[in-house]
Amino acid sequence: MSYFTNISYAVRTIRKGMALTIRYFLSARFKRNKKPVTSANYFDEENGTFTVQYPHEEIPVPDHGRYKLHNEIDDCIVCDKCAKICPVDCIEIEPIRAVEEYGKTSDGTPLRIHAAKFDIDMAKCCFCGLCTVVCPTECLTMTDEFDYSTSNILDHNFSFSKMTEQEIAQKKTELEEFQKEKAAAQNTTSEEKSVKAVSKKPAGKPVFKPRPIPKRK
Amino acid sequence: MLTLAFYLLFLLAFVVVAVYAERKTAAFIQNRLGPMEVGPKGILQTIADLLKMIQKEDIRANAVDKLPFLLAPIIVFLAVFAGFSVLPLNSEVAGSDVTGGLFLLLAIISLDVLGILMAGWASNNKYSLFGSMRSVAQIVSYEIPMGLSVLCVVIVTGTLDLQKTSFLQSGNGLINWNIIQHPVLIIPFFIFFIAGLAESNRTPFDLPESESELIGGYHTEYSGFRWGIFMLSEYGMMLLLSIVGTILFFGGWNSPLPNIGSFNLYEMTSGAIWGTFWLLFKSIILVFIQMWVRWTLPRLRVDQLMSLSWKYLTPLSILMLFICGIWKLWLIN
Repeated sequence: MSYFTNISYAVRTIRKGMALTIRYFLSARFKRNKKPVTSANYFDEENGTFTVQYPHEEIPVPDHGRYKLHNEIDDCIVCDKCAKICPVDCIEIEPIRAVEEYGKTSDGTPLRIHAAKFDIDMAKCCFCGLCTVVCPTECLTMTDEFDYSTSNILDHNFSFSKMTEQEIAQKKTELEEFQKEKAAAQNTTSEEKSVKAVSKKPAGKPVFKPRPIPKRK
Repeated sequence: MLTLAFYLLFLLAFVVVAVYAERKTAAFIQNRLGPMEVGPKGILQTIADLLKMIQKEDIRANAVDKLPFLLAPIIVFLAVFAGFSVLPLNSEVAGSDVTGGLFLLLAIISLDVLGILMAGWASNNKYSLFGSMRSVAQIVSYEIPMGLSVLCVVIVTGTLDLQKTSFLQSGNGLINWNIIQHPVLIIPFFIFFIAGLAESNRTPFDLPESESELIGGYHTEYSGFRWGIFMLSEYGMMLLLSIVGTILFFGGWNSPLPNIGSFNLYEMTSGAIWGTFWLLFKSIILVFIQMWVRWTLPRLRVDQLMSLSWKYLTPLSILMLFICGIWKLWLIN
């Protein structure tokens, strides 16, 4: 570029740049609407300041976003499916089998197992959402709560079980007694059965036997 | 004395407001909000920063050269602040009564370089020294177009006294301003403004500081209050050059409002207090333009900086000097 083209180029580009920035400066008197990302014209908002002053205001998040997990323990049948599917093993369940059906969930599924422990460690969670997919009663859901940072990592372990220590101990003893009774009952019947069993042909082995997948610890 | 005392207080207040304004300007240009937390709309942010800064430890590294290291910020500030002594404030309060006021001003603010060089050298840090060397090269180069553009005004007005320059422009609002009375001064004003940006080490000429590669340049090793003095000097330089630009080209403390028929708008908006207001108001608009430029244009490379000064601004200002001489000789007389 020659000497004078340089000058005219500099003048033109500076004028263009300055015009652009002053336009932005003037448009700063507007604020962009804090629309959720799901809204149809989310990308249409071009003018104004975009800053979200987070603790004071926030952009609405979709209901089905993958954030903090929540378990509606009253609807949980403690089927353990969520814990099994979890790729990072962040759900820990300690089931106690109930002696008898003790209630129904809101969708009518009978409740047969008590959840002595239902802990979800959100520090481990990878937010894949698989647990919510497999949940048969849809009691395990992902909520729109995303701000639950703590200074202690142990506070990221959320406990959903509502049972007290006493209740757990009581249910355990109930189950033990029930099993003893059952075993006693079985012993009496099995003696009678064993006589018959000799004459009975042994059952054929199943053709396909699923290989047990060892759970990582 | 009165002007100096006024400008000292005004400078301190100005820096507090200007740092906030600068951050807000930057934020608005970049679609952000800027400081919002301290006080309503973040207006107390600078005061909070200032309080933090003066509480900080005055760190002196072992390897620094003590005396120049401690003197440098003071020299920089004194050089800039002494420049304010010759500025008039309004029609009644003139600055120091120096016949060659304008040249004194240009000479004194050049001492700024000495302080910056001392700071970089005494820091005993290669990047600080890089910053200082760039700063010296830059300020020395840009003195020339700046001096020549000021000389254009001096040729046209025929005085070096800034108060006389202001009086020459009084009369009928903005019609009497130098830049409108003498349109040949438009290009010298742009040269003055660009050279002023370079003198005060502002973007796009902030190579001495260049945060991204020299991490602050010559003031890297400074902390707390001493660093604050450098900051104060930078903003002081901005304000000083804006005021000088206002006096030379935009009528100084004269009201921009002209008389319309028998409605004496100019006389109504003149006087000591109005004069001070107009001078500072016009200067602050120029300061805003400096900020606007800062957040628009990227930093120049060292070779580009030098070629801009020596290949473009200096020849152009010599040409303008010639044209102003012709204008003075044949068109005014």
